[in-house]
Amino acid sequence: MRRVFFLLSVLCTVLSAQNQIKIPYTRYVLPNGLNVILHEDHSTPTVSVNTWYHVGSGYEKPGRTGFAHLFEHLMFEGSKHVAEGDFDKLLEAAGGNNNGSTTTDRTNYFEDVPTNALELALYLDSDRMGFLLEAMSPEKVDGQRNVVKNERRQSYENRPYGLAWETLSKNLYPAGHPYSWSVIGSMEDLNAASYEDVVEFFKTYYVPNNASLVIAGDINPQETLKMVEKWFGEIPKGRPVPLLNPVSVKLYEEKIVVLEDKVQLPRLYMAWITPPRFTPGDAEMDLLANILSGGKNSRLYKKLVYELQIAQDVNVMQNSSKIASQFMIIATARSGRSLEELKKVIQEEIEKIKKEAPTQRELQRAVNQFEASFLDGLESPGGFTGKANTLNEYFYYTGNPDYANEDLARYKALSPEDIQTAAQTYLPNDGRVILSIVPKGKIDLAINSKAEGK
Amino acid sequence: MKKIFSFAINLFVVSAFCFSIYAQSPDRTKPPQLPPPSQLKLPAVQQFQLSNGLKVVLMEKHDVPLIQLNVVVKMGSVNDPENKVGLSNLTMDMLDEGAAGKSSLELADEIDFLGARITTNSSAHISGINLHTPLSKFDDALKIMSDIVLRPDFPQKELERKKKERLTSLMQMHDQPTAIASAAFNQLLFGKEHPYGRMTNENTIKGFAVDDLKNFYKKYFAANNAVVIAVGAIKKDDLKKKLESAFGKWQKGIVKETTVREAAQVSKRIIYLIDKPGAAQSVISIGRIGAARLTSDYNSIVVMNTLLGGSFTSRLNQNLREKHGYTYGASSRFAFRPVPGSFSASSSVQTEVTDKALIEFFNELNGIRESIPDEELNRAKNLVALSYPGNFQTVAEIAGQLEEFIQYNLPEKYFAGYVEKMLGVTGSDVNVAAKKYIVPDQIIIVVVGDKSKIEEGIKQLNLGEIINLSIEDTLGKVPKMEN
Repeated sequence: MRRVFFLLSVLCTVLSAQNQIKIPYTRYVLPNGLNVILHEDHSTPTVSVNTWYHVGSGYEKPGRTGFAHLFEHLMFEGSKHVAEGDFDKLLEAAGGNNNGSTTTDRTNYFEDVPTNALELALYLDSDRMGFLLEAMSPEKVDGQRNVVKNERRQSYENRPYGLAWETLSKNLYPAGHPYSWSVIGSMEDLNAASYEDVVEFFKTYYVPNNASLVIAGDINPQETLKMVEKWFGEIPKGRPVPLLNPVSVKLYEEKIVVLEDKVQLPRLYMAWITPPRFTPGDAEMDLLANILSGGKNSRLYKKLVYELQIAQDVNVMQNSSKIASQFMIIATARSGRSLEELKKVIQEEIEKIKKEAPTQRELQRAVNQFEASFLDGLESPGGFTGKANTLNEYFYYTGNPDYANEDLARYKALSPEDIQTAAQTYLPNDGRVILSIVPKGKIDLAINSKAEGK
Repeated sequence: MKKIFSFAINLFVVSAFCFSIYAQSPDRTKPPQLPPPSQLKLPAVQQFQLSNGLKVVLMEKHDVPLIQLNVVVKMGSVNDPENKVGLSNLTMDMLDEGAAGKSSLELADEIDFLGARITTNSSAHISGINLHTPLSKFDDALKIMSDIVLRPDFPQKELERKKKERLTSLMQMHDQPTAIASAAFNQLLFGKEHPYGRMTNENTIKGFAVDDLKNFYKKYFAANNAVVIAVGAIKKDDLKKKLESAFGKWQKGIVKETTVREAAQVSKRIIYLIDKPGAAQSVISIGRIGAARLTSDYNSIVVMNTLLGGSFTSRLNQNLREKHGYTYGASSRFAFRPVPGSFSASSSVQTEVTDKALIEFFNELNGIRESIPDEELNRAKNLVALSYPGNFQTVAEIAGQLEEFIQYNLPEKYFAGYVEKMLGVTGSDVNVAAKKYIVPDQIIIVVVGDKSKIEEGIKQLNLGEIINLSIEDTLGKVPKMEN
């Protein structure tokens, strides 16, 4: 059998010159299409193996919401040569830990291991990429279905305000849009997921040509590459993989939605659809979110929480994803305050920033915080936020694993007027969702619906 | 979308750099043989004092230009006066709300503009002010840090704001089943008067005055009652000079050593059922008094707990999650403190299987007292020992390790000897620890859930007396807030 590597780039400079943030890497593509990205960091004797499959809940079929995440759970339940339970047992016995997560766009897995256990991680990870179905059974699907249903109970249903995100997604996007349902899925769809669905999903998406493997840490790149080839090389390439349907969406109305929950205090959510991750407008909205709620001097925190003290908290975020992002303002009212009061203040602040650009200092303060957070990102190789995951993240979203410097440059290039323009463009009053979550029986604290809410 | 396509083109452009090797299918019938693990080689722990006697502990780490600087003060909730529970926490929280004449907003603006973070925290026995900053901003950040630590103003206006914030948080706790379970567990285990069991309440919060904070601050903030922990890209001499100008004038004081009485051990099995109507899950916490941090059983307990409920493959998680699907996860932990803290085993389980889950909890609490198969023992030991280097990756993690090192006055070679010590734990050590600390007949069980659906099932188990409690019994009435 002949194996061919394409050696794409060799960046051997460990450079952190002024204003340069780099994660040096080498990248290879195996003949089966698997992307392999290697990064050396010898500061501790540990290695992180981080695998992304380029599939998330956005790729699911109607009636099978939550499937990508349920599948993530099944990936830990054993494969042809790894008995059920052994995936975790072998890693723990070697001093490693592991986890996985699913978003709308992708599913990721990591194994953080002591240096000497690198090959074990590759063995386990390759076996589930190549030989998962040989060990799959309807009973395993049932077992993890129960676990996931409890995850849904714990993180959504038994948690105060836990159903907010699901409700927002449903109302922001038209039915059938990849982001219109929640990652965890509905109980009904979780019940419907079948063994046959597992087989089809695996064959479609869990193929080497739809994955990228990053190995970061205390490694010798040449030896590591040989090990990767040994364990992953024989896995056959799959068919071309369907991409996320890049439908562009716009909301042409203001939707008013009200939920009652077992909570003491009402909470207001305002949500807009904004530009996708790494496209023009995305960095602007990220900075705007910081200007509105990052720190005590941010506009909404200062007004609502610090000065007027009518809110307990306020959070603003640009939640950036592949085919669309969501800009959210979330504020919890103090006792005795209505959400109308909060909304009035928030609306005034939005109008203010649309009318007049933020000050240079406000912008610089936000940019400086982003810049510092990039340094933090260089500290550890593993986990959900370490360098291995960052390399995979940039690779998936931009095609360039070491995009950190370009990413930071996006923020540094912006002027106060850019932020103002973005607010004008992306925060229309007649294209958004306003969700009130109020204590049971206290609908009067919610935002009034002038039009019929959907 | 575009980016993805342009990348595909790159692929072909650079494919000129290619080479080939031959390989065969690897033997997958057994996991690969691993070479021996490498040793964690940590930079030295450097200790020195400033001219005023303030102790400094430094670990240099030069790979990323960051600095973590924690000022640790030996004071915590155990020092709260009897009728002022929460005072230590509030005092710490107020440090950055105004200092050296600068307002809360001015301080925040300066710190945020640097891209630095200064946070305050407090626990049972120690409290801290933590600075995390890019190396390039260290000097400026340290000046602000010095003001916050040495010259806090405790403005009345900010205190009133913080009090409202706290009353609201207390109110919101009534919504959170896991927070209710945890507060109830500590109260019921240690007693409502014990420093580890008590919690603040509406009247206490409303009663806090500026003088309370100022006096408390004065009592505990002394150079001889604090330690500075520094980790990052800085040399000892350079750091010493900078700290001398930031903290060299900090006065010494007379601070009495804090003693906490040991709580009485649980003597029988009692179930406390806290009603949360409509809850989709029951939050279960089972436990008793555990052990002190410096017990000679420490290593055995850590390994024993790892295999009982401290890891993914632990017995509790395997049983309740993987085998039965009752929960998203089950775990156990020992809260190690200067005097014995708690042992607790907990999980959030689907309401309908609350009783069944309790049976499985007790199966495991009993089972851990039997002898442990070697394979399981070795796995737990290895996990504890070999994953140890993972605790030393970021400046903040290392500072956390050094805090424990300082708080418990651990021996100089502690970090270097950790792996060997843990690998040396034997099956009989674990068995002795299990029998000593996990006593299923003398244990409390706290369940927060929908009483109407779970009480009957729990009764049938005959575990012991059932005491019904309300959320208010634990948290007090929902606070009243005037606007």
